[in-house]
Order: sequence, then structure tokens, then C-alpha cells
Amino acid sequence: MATFTLPKNSTIGTGRTYKAEAGARNVKAFKIYRFDPDTGENPRYDTYEIDLDKCGPMVLDALIKIKNEVDTTLTFRRSCREGICGSCAMNIDGMNTLACLKPIEDVKKDVRITPLPHMPVVKDLVPDLTHIYAQLRSIQPWMKTETAPPPDEERRQSKEERAKLDGLWECILCFCCSTACPSYWWNGDRYLGPAVLLQAYRWIADSRDEATGERLDDLEDPFRLYRCHTIMNCAATCPKGLNPAKAIGEIRQLMIERQS
Amino acid sequence: MSRNSDLRDATYVGLRTDGTRILRPKSPHLQVYDMLQITSGMSIGSRITGCAWTVGLLLMVWWLAAAASGPAAFANVQWFMSSFLGMLVLFGLSAAAWFHTLAGLRHLAWDFGYGCDMPAVHRTGRIVLIATAVMTVLTWLVAIIAWA
Repeated sequence: MATFTLPKNSTIGTGRTYKAEAGARNVKAFKIYRFDPDTGENPRYDTYEIDLDKCGPMVLDALIKIKNEVDTTLTFRRSCREGICGSCAMNIDGMNTLACLKPIEDVKKDVRITPLPHMPVVKDLVPDLTHIYAQLRSIQPWMKTETAPPPDEERRQSKEERAKLDGLWECILCFCCSTACPSYWWNGDRYLGPAVLLQAYRWIADSRDEATGERLDDLEDPFRLYRCHTIMNCAATCPKGLNPAKAIGEIRQLMIERQS
Repeated sequence: MSRNSDLRDATYVGLRTDGTRILRPKSPHLQVYDMLQITSGMSIGSRITGCAWTVGLLLMVWWLAAAASGPAAFANVQWFMSSFLGMLVLFGLSAAAWFHTLAGLRHLAWDFGYGCDMPAVHRTGRIVLIATAVMTVLTWLVAIIAWA
């Protein structure tokens, strides 16, 4: 069921403001979503004023600076700081993206940062991804074969077959797209969402995989696949420039082709 | 369907440091997301105009029913339709009809696998918006000329 408002325990209050140090000239305010399970209080926005002259260029640089120098309780996921691990996915200035790939200067006003939308919040900017990982597991994202591999070499692919995986293999599973999708917000309990469906297509499109029929059978469902309404927020937000909506379209075309 | 049937509810149960349970908050969605970007904006527009057009059909049924039931009833409807409010409603409905039709054609193209890349999505979105304005004005020009 679509509920457009936030539950009572999720409405966001106003928290503290941490002023910039005296003499700072290039100040930018970061309005960051905070939630601490131990206090039992509602979430709040804390505002941190940061001197950009003493900060790296990306939003993740500012978050790390805040955690190191201003407020050690600020909690967020990060690892590689170069857009390949997908840990620092969050909503910055109204769009989901990776904090490490988002230049601070791209945001004109205060930088508002919230966790990935419509997700259970563990603490601050850390959402619980249990459900979406379970959905990923359900599409069996690994190669499934019936036939034995050639005795002394790998399973081979032509260049054309390999090219079909471009735009699919690059996905880092940050789930920016799924949590940008209104249909996934309202129906995510049963709809698989763009990220997981792109993964499903990645294996359907793989010439070496021999379970295409089973995979399509599994997706042939009014909710799992067909809750995509081509809103396209997924492709608009993907920090890797991929197009999950297109992959979903490809799956639908295969569904029709095998019926005729 | 009961409100508790959402599978995700289980993931909203968390633990405090002392081991007691807590109901986790839901992160903001419509409250923070940029919904008016061309992707979700056009989608919402498509749905709203679809609803508006359906209401417009009721208006048309009213018109036809009045025409069938006699001159007095028809005069009533004509009075409303040619009033300022009636004209405004008709103008809005014609714009909604054009937007919904053109956005529908865009969806049809996507279903056939055309125009799914982001540059094309932005381009066709803009075309639908401009074409809606142009076609609505054209429709009214034709109507006014035919009327006069």
C-alpha cells in the first residue's frame, strides 16, 4: 500500500547547528539526517557548517571531515571513495547518488543529506538492506549450467555475446536506483525493483548461462517484474550511468517473444 | 489487504545497544526526493491527467444525457459550459487530454523498446510538454474559428 506520509516515529525534527570555525571564508552548510536508536527520539536534521577551503571536493570528503573533526557520532557507510564499492549511497540534494562521486560544488544551496529513501534506518545515514539483499538472492545471481564445461578451457563467448553484458556488469549494487523508484517504495515488498531486475537480466543476457527459461518463469509475475511503470527515476539517478529501465524492457520483450 | 501484510515490516524492528527492541524510522522519500524531474514528473503528470480525463468523460456524459432529455436540460448544460468556469474546465480538460495522449504514445514507444536511453528520455519528455501546449492552443483556435 502506498503511504505518502512518514509514520509518526519517522517525522524529522530540527537538531543542533555546528557553527563554522571563526575566520572561515568559504562556508557551506550540510543538513544531515540523524537518528540514534538508543535515545528513542525521532530523527532530526543536524546542520554542520564546513569551511570548504579546508575540505576535499566531494560530499564524502565533507562527511569524513565532520566525523573526524566535528562530531564523531555521525554514522555512515563508506569504503573505496572512488565509486566502485557502492557503500556510500545516499540521498544528496534530492537525488540518490554516491557521496564519493558527488562534487560539493554541484549543490547550489545547503547540502541536504538523507539515507536512501523509504528504507528502515539503522542509524543516521545507514539503511537496513536485508530485504533488498534477499530479493537479490532470489534471482540467483550466478551462472547456472546444465552442460559440462569444455575439459581444458573456460566457457567461451564471442565478442558480440560479451558485448550484450555491457551496461549490466558495471552495476555495483549500491541500490540508488531501487530506492529512487516510487513503485519500489509502494510495492517493494513484492516488486523486485530496478537494481535486482538489472541483475536478473545480466544473467538472462549471458550466452553461457543455461537457465534462461527458468529465470523468465520466475519473473513472470504481476509484482516481481510488472510493477515497473517506466517512471525512469532509476536511470536518471544511477551514479554509474546505467539504465535499469531498459534492462527491464528487454526482459519484457523476451517474455513476449517466447509466447509467440 | 491488512496494513501488516508488508514483508518489509520485519526489517523495521531493530535493537538498541542494551538489547531492547525499537521500531526503526522510515527514511524520507517524497519528502526529500526531486519528484519534479522530468522522469517522475512526467509519470505523475500522466496519472493526474488520466484521472482528470476520466472525470471529463463524466462531464461529456452529462452533456449527452442532457441533449437526449430535452431542450431545457441542454440549455442548462450549455449555460455552464459557456460560462467562464465551464470554459476554464474545458480548456484544462483539453490540455489534460493532449498531455495524456502524447505521454501515452511515449510509453508505447518505450514498450516497443524505442527511446529508452536517458538523452532520448529527456528529449521526448520536453517534446511532449511543448506539443501539449501547441496542440491545446491549436485545438482552441480551431474551435473558436469554427464557432465564430
